[in-house]
Formats: sequence, C-alpha cells, structure tokens
Amino acid sequence: MKQLLSGNEAIALGAYHSGMGFATAYPGTPSTEILQNISSMEGVYSEWSINEKVALEVGIGAAYAGIRTLVTMKHVGLNVAADPFFALATTGTNAGIIVVSCDDPGEHSSQGEQDNRHFAKFAKVPMIEPTDSQEAYELMDWAFKISEEFDTPVLFRSTTRISHCKSVVNVNRERPSNVSDPKFLRSSAKYVMVPSNARVRRIAMEERIAKLREYVENFPLNEMIMGDRKLGVISSGIAYQNAREVFNGASFLKLVTTYPIPEKLIRKFASEVEKVIVIEELDPHLEEEIRLLGIDVSGKDFIPIIGELNPEIVEAGAIKSGLIPTPPRSNTTEVPAVQIPPRRPQLCAGCPHVGPEFILRKIAFDSSVKPSLTPREMTEKEMVITSDIGCYTLGVYEPLGALDTCVCMGASIGVGLGMSKAGIPNKGVAVLGDSTFMHSGVTGLIDVVYKQGNTTVLILDNRTTAMTGHQGHPGTGVSVTGTKGPEVNLEKLCEGIGIKDITVISAFDLETVESTIRRCVETDEPSVIIARGPCALREKIKGTPFEIDADSCIQCHECLDVGCPAICITGEDINIDPAVCVGPACGVCAQVCPSEAIVEMKR
Amino acid sequence: MKDINVLMVGVGGQGVILASDAMAEIGMNAGYDVKKTDSLGMAQRGGSVVSNVRWGQKVFSPMIKKGEVDFLVSFEQVETARWAAYLKPSGVAIVADVVVIPISAMSGAVPYPSWDEIKSVLQPQTDQIFFVPAIKIGQEVNNPKALNIVMMGALSTFLDLGDEAWLADIRRKVPPKFLDSSIQAFHKGVDEIKSLK
Repeated sequence: MKQLLSGNEAIALGAYHSGMGFATAYPGTPSTEILQNISSMEGVYSEWSINEKVALEVGIGAAYAGIRTLVTMKHVGLNVAADPFFALATTGTNAGIIVVSCDDPGEHSSQGEQDNRHFAKFAKVPMIEPTDSQEAYELMDWAFKISEEFDTPVLFRSTTRISHCKSVVNVNRERPSNVSDPKFLRSSAKYVMVPSNARVRRIAMEERIAKLREYVENFPLNEMIMGDRKLGVISSGIAYQNAREVFNGASFLKLVTTYPIPEKLIRKFASEVEKVIVIEELDPHLEEEIRLLGIDVSGKDFIPIIGELNPEIVEAGAIKSGLIPTPPRSNTTEVPAVQIPPRRPQLCAGCPHVGPEFILRKIAFDSSVKPSLTPREMTEKEMVITSDIGCYTLGVYEPLGALDTCVCMGASIGVGLGMSKAGIPNKGVAVLGDSTFMHSGVTGLIDVVYKQGNTTVLILDNRTTAMTGHQGHPGTGVSVTGTKGPEVNLEKLCEGIGIKDITVISAFDLETVESTIRRCVETDEPSVIIARGPCALREKIKGTPFEIDADSCIQCHECLDVGCPAICITGEDINIDPAVCVGPACGVCAQVCPSEAIVEMKR
Repeated sequence: MKDINVLMVGVGGQGVILASDAMAEIGMNAGYDVKKTDSLGMAQRGGSVVSNVRWGQKVFSPMIKKGEVDFLVSFEQVETARWAAYLKPSGVAIVADVVVIPISAMSGAVPYPSWDEIKSVLQPQTDQIFFVPAIKIGQEVNNPKALNIVMMGALSTFLDLGDEAWLADIRRKVPPKFLDSSIQAFHKGVDEIKSLK
C-alpha cells in the first residue's frame, strides 16, 4: 500500500512492523514526531522520559529484558545520553536496540550544529542513514537485525530534511504476530561493567566492528547507479537526493551503511569511474574514511562544511570546482529594492513568559544603554540573566531583549551559580521553564544548595513542554499516550532539595513578578520563584480583547516594548488586533500602559 | 506527466502546512512521485513558514531551486516578496490579500511595504500575478480559517486534475463542522481566479 509519510512517521511505522515493543524519547525538533506516532500503536510501551539520558537508560533496560527497543532524540540530546550510549556500546544488548539521532543541519531549531555521525565511530557502533522515507521504513528492520546479530546498539541517523520531508512509501510489511516475551538472561560478565569485565567487552567491540566491515560489503540498500563514468558521486542521506538533482547522468554510489563503510564496494566504484567526489552535509565523514583507503577523493573543498545543503548550494559548489558547466546567464531584469521586514520567531499573544521577561528587561538592563551586538561592561545596578532552552529563549530578541546566556538544557542555574562564585559584582537571575527544570535544571539547583549559593531561580511554569508541541513531563504527570499519573510537585521538590525561599506567583501579575524578583536577589540564600500561567496555545484563555481608548492614549508607545504580536503601530496610533489579543487573562500591556488607555473592548 | 514545483509561503498558524500536506497527497493519488518539506521557525506562531511541494515522474530533492518554482502560493503579502526570486520566469504567483505585520515592522523600524511595492518585486519575473481577496471570501463563507482552502481552490485552476481530486482530500481532512464552508471556500477560490484570468 502506498502512503505519504514523513521520515519520522516512516521510522515509527518501520519499527512497529519490525516488532518493536518499547520506545522512549525526550522531545526535541526534528525528532519529536517519532514517539508521538508510536504512542498510538497497540502493543508498544512508549514514554516521554525526563531527559535523553534517562530515555536511553530505560530503553537499555527494555532491550536487556529482551524487547526490541527504539530510543529517539535530537542531535544535542545524544550529548546528554552519551554516557549510557557508550556504556551500551560496551555491554551490547539482548534484544535489538536502535538509537535514532535526528540532526539539525542549519540549526532550524537548535542551539548548535553538530554531525552526530562522529558518535558512531567514537562509540564503535554501526550507523545507518536513510535517503528518504521509503528507506527509513525498510531500514528499521535491518537495524534491529544488525543490532541482534552483532550484539550492538545501532545508531540510526536522520536529519531535519529526512525526518520532516514527506515522500511516498510502499508499506509492504505487517507487524509480526510473534513478538518476543520479556526475559532477562543473567550474565554479570556481560552487563556489569567493572574493569575486569569491561576489558573483555572491549575486545569484543573491536571484533564486532571487524565483522561489521565484512557485513556491510553486501548490504542490499547500498547501491551503485552507473551512468556517465567520467564522474562518480558517493553520497548518503538527504545530500544524495540533492546530488542527484545536480549531477544529472553521472554515476552514483549511494551509501546507507555509513559506519563502518563498505571498503570493497567503494574501491570497485572508484575503479569504474574517472573521478570520485563525495557530496555530504556537515563534516567530511565519508570523505575522510574514503581517503584513508588511499582513494583520491574531493568534496569539502567545494561543498560547504557549515549548514544545510540544498540543490542550489551543491550546484554552486559544482560550478565553482568546474564539475559542471556554468549555466547560460538568463537576462535578469533589475529587481526594485524593496525593504522586506524580517519575520523572526516571537512569543505568542497571551504567552505567560512575556510578563516576567518584560520585567527582567526593565529591572536587569540599564534602559539608558542602547542594545548593541558588541560586548559591553555591565553597570553596577544591572543583573545577569542566565537563561535556558525553551520558548522563553525567544525573549533574547528585541523588544524584550532580556537574556544574557543560553548554553544548553538546564544550564541556566549552573551558569548563574558559576558567575556568582566567580565573584562578579552583579546580582543574577536564572530563568528556565518547568520542563527544562525537570530535564536537567534540578541537578543545578541541588548544587546551589550544596555549594551554599544564593542564586535566584525563576521557573516559568506553563505546565507543558511548549516549544516542541506540548508534551507532558513529570511536573504534569501527563504521559505520551495522554494518561494522567501523579505529578511531581515543583514546590515540594525544591523544598526537599533544601530551598527555603519558594514563592509561587501568577506570571501575568507584573507588580508581584517585579517585587518578588527584587526581594529574592537581595537575600543571601537561594530562592525559587515559580511564575505560573498556562500556555496560550494549549489552554483556551481567550476573553474579551483589549482595545486602545484613543482619548486616553498619550502615544508613549511603551506597550510596544511588550513585543506582543497583537499590538501594532500605524503612524503614531497603536492598534490591538482583536482576533489575536486574549484579553484580561493576560493583560500585560494594560499593566504596562501608564495612562490606562488599554481597556476591554466595548461591545 | 509534467513536473510541478509549488512553493507555499505564509506565517505560522495560517494553515500553510495543512495545505501543502493536502497538495502532496493529491499529487500522490494522481499518480505522481511527490516530496514535500517545510521550513518553519522555532516559534509555534508568527514565524515564516515555507513549504516545498514537488510532483514529478521521479523526485529526488524535496527542495526547489531558486528560479524553478512554477507556482508561488502566498498566504501573506510580504512573504510573496521574500520568496519572489524562487519563481521561474513567467511562473504563476497567487497571493492572498492577508497582511500579518511582523514584530520588526510593528515598531515602524522597517515599514511594511505596500502591495504595489510587493508587486514591483514580482513583475520583473512574471505578469502572471493573481491577487485573491481571501479575507472577503473567508467572511462570505463564515470561516476565516478556510484561507488555505481558498488558496487550494485558486491553485487548482492551473492544474488538470479536476475539482473532485481536491474536494476528496478536503472531505477526508476537514472536520464535519467546517466541511460545508470549506467546500464553498474552495469553489470561491476557483471562481476568483477564473474571473481574473
């Protein structure tokens, strides 16, 4: 049956049809939809874990227990899960286990760009990369078989344009009726990694890679497509599709087993063409591996190492290096220079993060200093705002412009503690969301107590993981299947850690937000402020919208500093879009207005 | 079977992705190989959204090259200008009259350009520019969310699949409550272009 599936949907369905019985993940773009799709599949246990490390640990437990397991995350998630990933590479497994890493070349929605193919070589595990949804579907079966046959986790690497691209899939399998029963085979030599056992496993890892090198030589989805033999293009993943667009008629070697690589196959291909090039996204992973075989190959000298590729970029590189002729110049007419206003991502109307971030800008940044991209000395009264990963990170953009740092998940608290211990004279606030706090902020907070720091932590609690599409987390008790379990109570958690100063406030009450932050930063003990307010996209909080009372408006334009998408200026006049404004449930702009000109719309 | 490249552009929350999903499915059901991919910013709302939809005998890359878009379907005026260079010479631009002012233009720093200015960016490329009164149509059918269906109706007039191919997909996707107004919106999109052609 033909179906139009995204790469993520195909991964989920392929795993299901290969007898997967267990799936864990922490949400992260572009990987999130894999587990979301699995959650409705009958006969599979699925969970959003607290973070990627725990997701993989839970997955390892299931695989040790004899159940085929899928663990999914975004590229930076594998950094978090690297410890159990390397450990699993050492112990090997019982049932098949696949770790899916969805990389984000071009940082569409990430704090950094990294090529997770390095993880395969680093941890000495086999890696598979599909070039479209059809292969993503088919390769799941192969990946489970490889995992079991070679006693190893398999790194299944996708990228944004594989995960989020929809293409036609011939769905030609069904879920096997005899999915294996859970059973753990006790073996301390295999599963208890004390040095004496680990040294034995270490040898097994090298033997495994040697066997895998042989195995991939005959892997059926690696494919030679012979055309004009003047040019041979070796490629993988989405880069292969881009290369096919550009090098029309050339010979291709498409690789889906990208670690280890099939040496003999590559040598054979290279011997049949006059010139070999590699087209790959991000780092020269294949290029370096192939060069080590003694094959003369080029790639990164004309294909960018940075960012996502597309046919245009590959074509430009190919022209630059003389691989394809320069296309005839079309008679381009002069296009008039019209300034197009950029459309940066922004916080929503009614977002509970806007109020607290507006206050942080007001009290932590000297309003007489114009925002600029150049580093500058802080004035005495200014505060350092260490922030974190979530929707609220968008508060870095003007007009809010309220953040100083965003490092990685959960780092706001540790970085804040470090700055204060290093002795900077300024006070500071660490800002993060509820889901991020659970993910890895809580360990930072424990360190604050342990080190007798005086960090003020502001938890923006919208009771969901908003940015990736409203997943539950331990603080909400909501599971991926929608069932409700016990909630981990934020206040009691902080209290249990040893925080004495805990204040719960409404994120929409600006006066209280300001006075609470001002009070907390002055104390010598650590404090937690929980600013609560529902995500405006998730809970219907829309009421009578606000409007501008033209008689009262003094055209000071302070309401524009809120950065609300409902408020806009035409000439000197402010307007509020009634379709977008959520009204009194938010009311941040009305509190900011000095002349009480923002009022509920009269019917 | 002619290859067809469609770029659907707009702003988060306008239904661009639903429309491009439908577009890809309709192509597949008509026997094409199809690929479609979206680029969207981090925000749940308010960022630029771009969907590439490609129909063909065999489609490799999901991304359309600059200058190779047959149909630029724009759900928001200024987004048309942002993606104008992707249109091929004499390609078709279908533009909804919708304006969603970005934060950067709200403070007045970079003014939002007029339709005439936006059109002047398109005109060196093509004279096939169709300006659709989508807001009015949304009001007429009492369903402002049907913008994406109006645009599908408008686009359908350039492709030889017949209305039923499109309506079948709309019936599958749209909740019953909005189905009548959506079908009306589709037909009004069709009629609008026919009156402009």
